[in-house]
Amino acid sequence: MKDVNRPEVEHIVSLVLKELGHDKPASALRQDHHPERLSEPPESTDPDCIYFSEEKEWGIEHPHNEQVLARARSLTPARIGIGRAGTRMKTKSYLQFRLDQAAAHDAVFKEVSPRFLEELGLPILHTQAETMEQYLMDLDSGRRLSEESEKWLKAHAPKGKQVQIIVSDGLSSSAIEANIKDLLPALIQGLELKKISLGQPVFIKRGRVWVQDQVAAIVNCDVVISLIGERPGLATAESLSAYLIYRPNQNSVESDRTVIANIHKGGLPPVEAGAYLADLIEDILRLKVSGVKYTQLREGK
Amino acid sequence: MKLSCVIKNQHFQFSSVKEVLAKASEPKSGDAMAKIGAESALERVAAKVVLSELTLEDIYEHPVIPYEQDEVTRVIYDDLNQSIYREIKHWTVGQLREYILSSKTGQPELTRISRGLTSEMIAAVAKLMSSIDLVLASQKIRHQAFCNTLIGEPGRLAFRCQPNHPSDDPEGILASIKEGLSYGSGDAVIGINPNIDTVDNVKRLLTITHDFIQKWEIPTQNCVLAHITTQIKALEQGAPIALMFQSLAGTQKANEAFGVSKEILDEGRALMLQKGTSTGPNVMYFETGQGSEVSLDAHEGVDMQTLESRTYGYARHWQPFMVNNVSGFIGPEILYDGRQVIRADLEDLFMGKMNGLPMGIAPTYTNHMYADQNDQEIAGILTAVAGANFYMGLPAGDDVMLNYQDTSYHDDASLREMLGLRPLREFEKWLEKMGIMEDGKLTDRAGDLSIFD
Repeated sequence: MKDVNRPEVEHIVSLVLKELGHDKPASALRQDHHPERLSEPPESTDPDCIYFSEEKEWGIEHPHNEQVLARARSLTPARIGIGRAGTRMKTKSYLQFRLDQAAAHDAVFKEVSPRFLEELGLPILHTQAETMEQYLMDLDSGRRLSEESEKWLKAHAPKGKQVQIIVSDGLSSSAIEANIKDLLPALIQGLELKKISLGQPVFIKRGRVWVQDQVAAIVNCDVVISLIGERPGLATAESLSAYLIYRPNQNSVESDRTVIANIHKGGLPPVEAGAYLADLIEDILRLKVSGVKYTQLREGK
Repeated sequence: MKLSCVIKNQHFQFSSVKEVLAKASEPKSGDAMAKIGAESALERVAAKVVLSELTLEDIYEHPVIPYEQDEVTRVIYDDLNQSIYREIKHWTVGQLREYILSSKTGQPELTRISRGLTSEMIAAVAKLMSSIDLVLASQKIRHQAFCNTLIGEPGRLAFRCQPNHPSDDPEGILASIKEGLSYGSGDAVIGINPNIDTVDNVKRLLTITHDFIQKWEIPTQNCVLAHITTQIKALEQGAPIALMFQSLAGTQKANEAFGVSKEILDEGRALMLQKGTSTGPNVMYFETGQGSEVSLDAHEGVDMQTLESRTYGYARHWQPFMVNNVSGFIGPEILYDGRQVIRADLEDLFMGKMNGLPMGIAPTYTNHMYADQNDQEIAGILTAVAGANFYMGLPAGDDVMLNYQDTSYHDDASLREMLGLRPLREFEKWLEKMGIMEDGKLTDRAGDLSIFD
């Protein structure tokens, strides 16, 4: 199936929706079902190598109305018109489903590759979650830095800057590897152009959103922004969210955070997201508030 | 009240009914995260031993959250039949288990005693039951309800067609509805989870589904699973609603986080009976699932399974058409793997039925759990054997809006075929009229959405 190009206006609508705190499942206006697959596959030296098609199967041999079926399939990323073997899925569709689920599952359990982190060059901090297992099972363990990382941050991080950036694998290492190399430079450049001062960005392994409150308190910044891998779905495992909060304190609640979800090349593309986030941070710094209150203030003006 | 025991030369002392209930639960990660589960396998069995000797009166006199403090407790106690309760209050939980499993006990007896059982007694007995116990007991109970169609008849299995779309595109949603109907899915309800929870959007989605149902004369009901207050506003503005939806939990605190209360549910149901498009009297659709209270930090020290049973006791008050259990939707911190999901599904089906509900199951998993399609299908087969009223139906089981997996249109058709179950009566006739089904089997035309052109 051809990917449907989202008109610009829809894109802006999606940004506004996200800004209104509408941080619902990642996928707001995602129209293309398999964005990752746009990239070229690696070449095999085996002439018999199978290049398994990931296009939705046309599973109905003699449809009642071919045009109606083709149009229906273009209107939704849902797996429809895939036919059946008895009451079961056909082999190709079944394997595609397993493939997408495997990719989504792996995205959670795979760590960001050491080489990627090395190239990224950010200081690597840890939370109290010593294993992925602990991270998944004990929400609090990912919300606090390890003792060592806390010490390091206190000793080495520049303090009193306007913005602190955190990159964290969260529930999808694929989201980090797919987006950060475009997103982070775009964001940093955007902030520099606006003459907004920036602390040393850090990578926090196995971090949850709330660890940003502890980091903000240590580095004494105005806005802390976390770029975190989202819980992967079958349509994409590469989706990333940005959580921002202005001067968090012990009374901060979830609705004090501004969330921009659905950052990936099939949703809000990472370069664009970087520029957009820089604008958003500028605005939050100006209004000195984030989350629902920020939205209300903007709406009010 | 006996709260201690000696097993394998070890002494176990528990401090409350609440603690016994929590520690007698089968292992689940949500109870471990809340630090209320048993700390060893032996302690778990010790709690089961103590629980088996508690009387129903012990449980009645010690609700896990006090009546004065919690609306869920109040609704359950106020709806209890005191006369039936007095007949059985001297039973131990162990005796209750044997009564339920006795071959002399059938649906009439179970329906009768269930009017005298609090939800915590039902949770308690489920903690003494194995997988086969739960399936056998569930098979004995089948509750029917009527909206536009009759759900829960023996030998019939219904499905909700769940045609979600990431941007609520009406045509995209209709495409998935057609696909589902062509597989025979949609007799329980055509129900959309909206991505955008606004009154205008909800009205729009209700109208397109209503019009489609009218045009094709489908014996079913429509529903948009927005927040109940959004649906109430849509209904006041004349939107065509056949079935009203809300998620529920087992503590007042969690329901407050959901933005729901007895008062709002009363208002919603009353309005449905006045302005809804359906015959009724069962016009409500609830969703529940183990662990929502833990996720919202509103569990009040009570285990997930007991809270789930309380949710059913609460839900029953509004005589729902369907109650759907979605344990498995949250993540591994609640239910770790396929095994824990399957156990929860079996418990929930049994507890829902014992609480008098027309119960369905959504065996689900997220991608950060240790579960996959095989686990889900096992849970589907087991709960179908146990006599669930309905399941969900999604295109290939992949929800492209909510990012999780549930039963597919293919699974729906397969479960019917495997167990010789038929669609709901009126809907089966419609499928035959459309040429999709013949003698309970899908025809060659089935699975082709373009027949709705």
